[in-house]
Amino acid sequence: MTENVRDKVVEIIAEQAVLEVEDVKMDASLEDLGIDSLGLVESIFAIEEAFDIQVPFNANEPEQSDFDISSVAAIVGAVEGLVAEQKGG
Amino acid sequence: MRRVVITGQGTINALGHDVPSTLEAMREGRCGIGPLELRDVERLSVKIGGQVKGYDPEALFNRQQIALYDRFTQFTLIAAHQALDSSGLTFTGDLATRSGVVFGTAGGGVNTWDENYRSVYEEGKNRVHPFVVPKLMNNAAASHVSMEWNLKGPSFSVATACASSNHAMGLAFQCLRSGACDVMVTGGSEAMLSFGGVKAWEGLRVMSKDACRPFSANRNGMVQGEGAAVFIFEEYEHAKKRGAEILAEVVGFNMTSDAADIVMPSKQGAARAIAGALADGKLNPEEVGYINAHGTGTAANDKVECAAVADAFGHHADELMISSTKSMHGHLIGGTGAVELLACIMALKDGVIAPTIGYEEPDPECALDVVPNEAREAEVSAVLSNAFAFGGLNAVLALRKAP
Repeated sequence: MTENVRDKVVEIIAEQAVLEVEDVKMDASLEDLGIDSLGLVESIFAIEEAFDIQVPFNANEPEQSDFDISSVAAIVGAVEGLVAEQKGG
Repeated sequence: MRRVVITGQGTINALGHDVPSTLEAMREGRCGIGPLELRDVERLSVKIGGQVKGYDPEALFNRQQIALYDRFTQFTLIAAHQALDSSGLTFTGDLATRSGVVFGTAGGGVNTWDENYRSVYEEGKNRVHPFVVPKLMNNAAASHVSMEWNLKGPSFSVATACASSNHAMGLAFQCLRSGACDVMVTGGSEAMLSFGGVKAWEGLRVMSKDACRPFSANRNGMVQGEGAAVFIFEEYEHAKKRGAEILAEVVGFNMTSDAADIVMPSKQGAARAIAGALADGKLNPEEVGYINAHGTGTAANDKVECAAVADAFGHHADELMISSTKSMHGHLIGGTGAVELLACIMALKDGVIAPTIGYEEPDPECALDVVPNEAREAEVSAVLSNAFAFGGLNAVLALRKAP
């Protein structure tokens, strides 16, 4: 499951950044990958659709959202948490 | 050059069903934002808005009219009635052919789209009411006003998202100043508080779930509103000759495009529009005492707008007052500039500056006098109204006290 979440999140981010999956490093920030605010909102939408979850994220206060977007690894971790919480693991 | 004055105003919005009740709410810093009452609201994650409450269309329109008038058209006709009644104008002969209508709306008949999509997609019906198209079209409101009051000159609608009304009123101003027309009925309307209308905004993740707090450090997004405001713009000599009561003078207008990003605002584009409106109105920056801000309550708009005002006004930015009445009536999208012009006229005519309510924490990036929480009495001789739309389209109006 964990592997699947990571692979799927990386795939979504890679598509948004127009990069190969191998080029999305886990410690990269979205800024490093060239994803802007609109790209971020679109990525979150794709994550919600892929995992059938609700992601709590307000673009006005990204730092105050429970959803950590500081790096690819952080996003994967946050999605794993939400999947466990909302889909019972 | 021909001068342009305002000789009538009308409105219906979350703060009131007419101008006096709306201005009273603005003076008292009352909030018109509350829980949304609409079908399927439980499926929305944003459940608040500046909704027009206590509204009964059947008391105002007959069955045939309701079959033709979307909610945005109803709001427009209500506001237009008040504005035209207060102006004392009737349109016959040459005046009819030299008078027109220009209204802003971003979505037009959103409720009509919503209801009919529901019936064909959700309920599987294969037939819709014959008036769906004339009801939902963006120009429906302008057309019904032209028909109702016999306005036979140029009539059209303008859709530039959140700047629609300012663009509309600016074009009305230019029609009069250029000599093409003598009277223009102008303003704007929006009725986007339907399930689909709110759901679409939710998707962008810029909406607040609790309140609109422009310029406050803890702001967390915009809140939608609905309603309309309509004004009578009239050539000055024409108004003077008939002894009309003049509410204010429109002196300048400027529009610019950021040519940059579809949603993120640009300081340069906004500052150029502000400076352009001052130049068009032959105003010195020091003459401007008040700005009705675009002030959406999003992180991005408010700091960019304050930086643009600082750029355009230099040291005078610290002397003037700037408030966002969206904190009270919500963001009427294409109708917002029209309702906000009411606050501009109140500032000039009554010497009352509408507040920015919900203001809780200073933001160093919005370090201007935002008239927090309480209205203020102040004599001002010139004001601006800002509107900065998604798509990077900026429109700023400049007004002076009545001559």
